[in-house]
Amino acid sequence: MNPIRLTGRLTLRALRAIGAVSLFTLRGLFRLSPVYPRVFLTQLVQIGWLSLPVVGLTALFTGAALALQIHSGGARFQAGDVVPAIVAIGMVRELGPVLGGLMVAARVASSIAAEIGTMKVTEQIDALVTLSTDPMRWLVTPRLWAAMLTVPVLVAVGDSIGIMGGWLVGTQSLGFNSTTYLSNSWAYLERWDVISGLIKGAAFGLIVAVSGCWFGMHAGRGAEGVGRATKSAVVAAAVAILGANFVLTGLFFR
Amino acid sequence: MIETRGLRKSFGARAVLDGIDLRVAPGESLCVIGQSGMGKSVLLKCILGLEQPDAGQILWQGRPLDHGTRRDFLRHFGMLFQGAALFDSLSVWQNVGFRLRQRMPDREARAIAIDKLARVGLGPETADLMPAELSGGMAKRAGLARAIADDPAVIFFDEPTTGLDPIRARRINGLIRGIVDETGATAITITHDMDSVSAIGDRVAMLQDGHITWQGTVEAMQDAVPLADFLGRAPM
Repeated sequence: MNPIRLTGRLTLRALRAIGAVSLFTLRGLFRLSPVYPRVFLTQLVQIGWLSLPVVGLTALFTGAALALQIHSGGARFQAGDVVPAIVAIGMVRELGPVLGGLMVAARVASSIAAEIGTMKVTEQIDALVTLSTDPMRWLVTPRLWAAMLTVPVLVAVGDSIGIMGGWLVGTQSLGFNSTTYLSNSWAYLERWDVISGLIKGAAFGLIVAVSGCWFGMHAGRGAEGVGRATKSAVVAAAVAILGANFVLTGLFFR
Repeated sequence: MIETRGLRKSFGARAVLDGIDLRVAPGESLCVIGQSGMGKSVLLKCILGLEQPDAGQILWQGRPLDHGTRRDFLRHFGMLFQGAALFDSLSVWQNVGFRLRQRMPDREARAIAIDKLARVGLGPETADLMPAELSGGMAKRAGLARAIADDPAVIFFDEPTTGLDPIRARRINGLIRGIVDETGATAITITHDMDSVSAIGDRVAMLQDGHITWQGTVEAMQDAVPLADFLGRAPM
């Protein structure tokens, strides 16, 4: 095939997909009435509360490893003392939101896609329609809002746990004084560092939920279709989180 | 009354529905028969608004079904799905009372749900079970209870006996006929099970190659030449 034609066709296909996902997201976000509070609360627990252990553990080990890395790397140019500040800034601005988002993507995007995909192939979504219930309002809207609201909270908790992971390593194996470590952690941290991380968290939450819902709603037939939807949801969410992180970091810190 | 006029739906070059004209009178029980892949479910989905027909009209009580009238239609509508399609995350009574819970307190919805479960032969002990804990026959009954929970004027049954052994299939057919007679609801059943047709139907329509090739009463069906192949007998 003519390479120009192929490029044009692929571009059109990509633009069509972006348009469809954007419309899906807008419909999901703003089809608010009627509200299903029970479904929303369930999703807050499923997406937020139940992701806490995996996000917390990831943050703890990341903060601890970061402290070790910065200490050994910084020692090469006599900058080992910057461990607390760099762990705090690194966790809050970058690693907390990105790793938290990726862990939520692995746990939540897959589970949303599998749940909605199974509902689709077993006609449960058609059943919703016959029961006068809009599947977008019942399935998508609560998940989008729940993810967008809970992932920033997860990021904030993950940031704190990550900093404490660095503190543990710093005080137990790198010889830092506990009080000095903590005061140095806060001393160089600015309000915008924290806020930007939380905004990233909300954006990543939205990406995770949209990805899970989109691939679930468009799952193919049978178990294979659901499996493919689940895999695609996780891959798409992870790639989109990394891409969005680059764009948001550029917007916030250039 | 439900009516379709010149309903057409194609997927690519294949015309699945090619000018379907059907009328179902109030209180009538129509069975749509045909081989697998002949468009029975597509016809159903067009009526429900899950598929958009390429051409033709669907009328409910003389009015074309559009976005507004379909909402009204769905309020008077119940459906038993082929695989029951119970919501996995809700208990049996929450499934049955799904629509009721949107306009009444849980206590009242639960009482009605248990009453409907009893109507289909399921005891109150099943109310708090999850769908995964039900056998195929029980799930079908629970699905039937959900279909009739809000006393619908129109009920669709999509392959109601698929996946059931002959004894359970007979029971489900008997239940459906009993419910249709008792409630006076209009019933449309999509099936290729001729036992279901005899037990449930007043009238039969044969869907083949996108067309309704024969319509008539259940009694007349035995002598209908166009149905000879489908019924597996020599034409009379």
